[in-house]
Amino acid sequence: MRGYAGKFLEVNLSAEKIKEVTFDEGILRQYIGGRGLATKILWDRLGSQWEKVNPLGPENILLILTGPLTGFFPGGRICISGKSPQSNGVIGSTVAGEFGIELKCAGYDGLIITGSASKPCYLLITDSGAEIRDASHIWGKDGKQTLSILTSEVREELKKRFPRYGAWKEPAAIYIGPAGENRVRMAAVMAKWTHAAGYGGYGAVMGSKNLKAVAAKGTGPLPEVADMKKVKALIDEVCEECYEHDFFRMWGTGAAGYEVGFKTSSEPVRNWQEEWHDERGFGVDSFEHRVWIKRFWGDFGCPTTCLKLAMTKVGPFKGAIGDNPDYELQAYLGTNLGIFTPEESVYLASLIDDLGLCGIQGGNVLGFAGELYQRGILTKQDLDGIALKWGDTEAFATLAKKIAAREGIGDILAEGTYRAALKIQEMTGENVTQYAVQAKGVALGAHGIRSGEDYPTEIAYACSVQGGDHTSVAHMPKRYKDGELDIILHDSGVYCWFNMFDQRRNLKWDFFNAVTGWHIRPEKWYNTTARRILHLQRTLLLLGGPDLQWNPKEHDENPPRFYEPLPSGPYAGERVDRTKFVKLKTRYYEAVGWDENGIPMSEELRRLGLEKADKILDEKIRPS
Amino acid sequence: MPDVGPIWITRDYLKCSGCRKCEIACSLFHECKIWPEASRIRVFMLVPGAEVPHFCVQCEDYPCVEACPEDALSISKETEAVLVDREKCTACGLCIDACPGRVPHIHPTDKYAVICDLCGGEPRCVEACRKGEWNALKAVTRKDRSYKVYARTPEDITRDLVVNLYGEAGEEVI
Repeated sequence: MRGYAGKFLEVNLSAEKIKEVTFDEGILRQYIGGRGLATKILWDRLGSQWEKVNPLGPENILLILTGPLTGFFPGGRICISGKSPQSNGVIGSTVAGEFGIELKCAGYDGLIITGSASKPCYLLITDSGAEIRDASHIWGKDGKQTLSILTSEVREELKKRFPRYGAWKEPAAIYIGPAGENRVRMAAVMAKWTHAAGYGGYGAVMGSKNLKAVAAKGTGPLPEVADMKKVKALIDEVCEECYEHDFFRMWGTGAAGYEVGFKTSSEPVRNWQEEWHDERGFGVDSFEHRVWIKRFWGDFGCPTTCLKLAMTKVGPFKGAIGDNPDYELQAYLGTNLGIFTPEESVYLASLIDDLGLCGIQGGNVLGFAGELYQRGILTKQDLDGIALKWGDTEAFATLAKKIAAREGIGDILAEGTYRAALKIQEMTGENVTQYAVQAKGVALGAHGIRSGEDYPTEIAYACSVQGGDHTSVAHMPKRYKDGELDIILHDSGVYCWFNMFDQRRNLKWDFFNAVTGWHIRPEKWYNTTARRILHLQRTLLLLGGPDLQWNPKEHDENPPRFYEPLPSGPYAGERVDRTKFVKLKTRYYEAVGWDENGIPMSEELRRLGLEKADKILDEKIRPS
Repeated sequence: MPDVGPIWITRDYLKCSGCRKCEIACSLFHECKIWPEASRIRVFMLVPGAEVPHFCVQCEDYPCVEACPEDALSISKETEAVLVDREKCTACGLCIDACPGRVPHIHPTDKYAVICDLCGGEPRCVEACRKGEWNALKAVTRKDRSYKVYARTPEDITRDLVVNLYGEAGEEVI
């Protein structure tokens, strides 16, 4: 097999047992790696009792998987998965950085982590396998402290073991902050201070397993590929194309912070009550001039380097360090909270990263709480003394810390926007789920659909198998190119698909085939391989449980807010047309092989060899 | 790239994006594989944001060559780079100890010290960095200068960079 190291490590944290496992080439051809393979592993091992599996119990399986293209396709990432404590389904959550490269260089394609450790631990992966190490001295530490301790500790250890090697580089690490330790459902798996696998809540899964971090340092080469000459030429081609696109290179996605608000009118403002603003002081130029300290910052092999390093130099939040808030965090830790100054947004993003919260999910629930305060549903007293006024950075920061610590009101909000809404609804009798901007337990990415000018369409979030995940939106087949079946390819190959934008149409297939030597063709992918993964994800999402289950009739739906007219801006009055939405949804179901109830069809599943899924859907989901 | 005479590679750490295309290019050239740990240039990222492309500076007095008990190290007449004779090298590591920057390291699978050979005068790392327009690495004509000052350990360089980047907060994150 080409592109793969050829073996995976399975770590049972309860029994403290570690073994190597392999997958047949047939399985890898069908499920590739990352998101696809995660779905397959979870389906095989937990599918028959899925609805009983507690995502935060030892029975959940945490998957940390590379794909065949990891390290080769420019822009390295790693895919984190498992049963999601947000959607109760499977989310393939990827995070940038060097971890996947180190893992492959150590000789492993991924980690399968089961059980739960009796005390805080971390895993160290080297060329000679995995070892479980004590993490009691790191437990409780924030992101920056955690990474700093891990880096020096692992380097010391390697130096001790191999004294004649020369200077040891840092290991690559993924880790959780206090939010993950406290099983906050919005906790992210973090890397490099500022990188987050945010969707899914896998930081909480790590926390539930008492797993603070995984550090990896491999010294081998990346695996053999089918045709190195071709791979080399393709890497150059990808980079040349990316060098020509200066938008993300020069300004990062944060350049959209002003544009998406002002031009396309699809940026959340004050918990999505508006999607338009004209705050010139919040333009990318202000960030660039006031807080940037490094313009080009990227991860392994990346030609785009959309990250920019930032630091606040003045004011009450002086000294906050992080990457410049990208578009999502400028929106969720800026406009969505009524905050419109670069320094405050940088500070909040830095804090959220240190706490190990997902900036999107975290900013969404903070905004939700802000609206409840605005409406008098949550009072200062309910909020443990916090007057949660729009634009009050200090107040939102205090609340974020409470959420990460699950302290007071933070304990309720730590459940994530949807679950918190249900709870507050129960407590107050007020219909607050109408203010929850989420889909299937997953807060929406910061791209609205009301103006019709942004990339997601009416069904983007409602029909996605990853809920509100803006990186995996559903689109009609004619837009396969940027719809979920395509994203499954990227997230299973595991690389940054930002570098896939604007590449020629066949480049991705050429790249996959040059690395693997397989003949993956678009027809086969869209009709068979990707469908199989999509249907399994859908099946597990519909099985859900144990706390919440999704009924497509009710939950393949937009947040109520999107049916309210936009109150301001050039698209004032626009809203989602429910009739059009239902029509699109029905057409989408049909296009991907789901029946009128949104359940994968029997003949479709059997065509793909998914008889077991068909049987389970028959028994548990399909109306009799 | 200068036309004549030996070159020297300037390093501007603050411009390094941490993309490690230099490592990819180096290992593809020397090993025909993507092999970061076998690269003659390694980007240390001990603190996020403070990326340090670490590689031989070709000191004026070549303490590594001096320290080698096996005569495995020599200085190229054309490029003035340090050349490693893989047959003679025993991977004893004395060159690493002699280097003020602890730059060389032992090849991950073969028993010899890995040291930048300037790719015979056309360093692939510089080319990769230039293509991306980062220009953290640049080739200039080698002159009679104290290049040895750049031979510092990654830890030392990082300690300086974090202060430059993060000011007082930098001292807390290292």
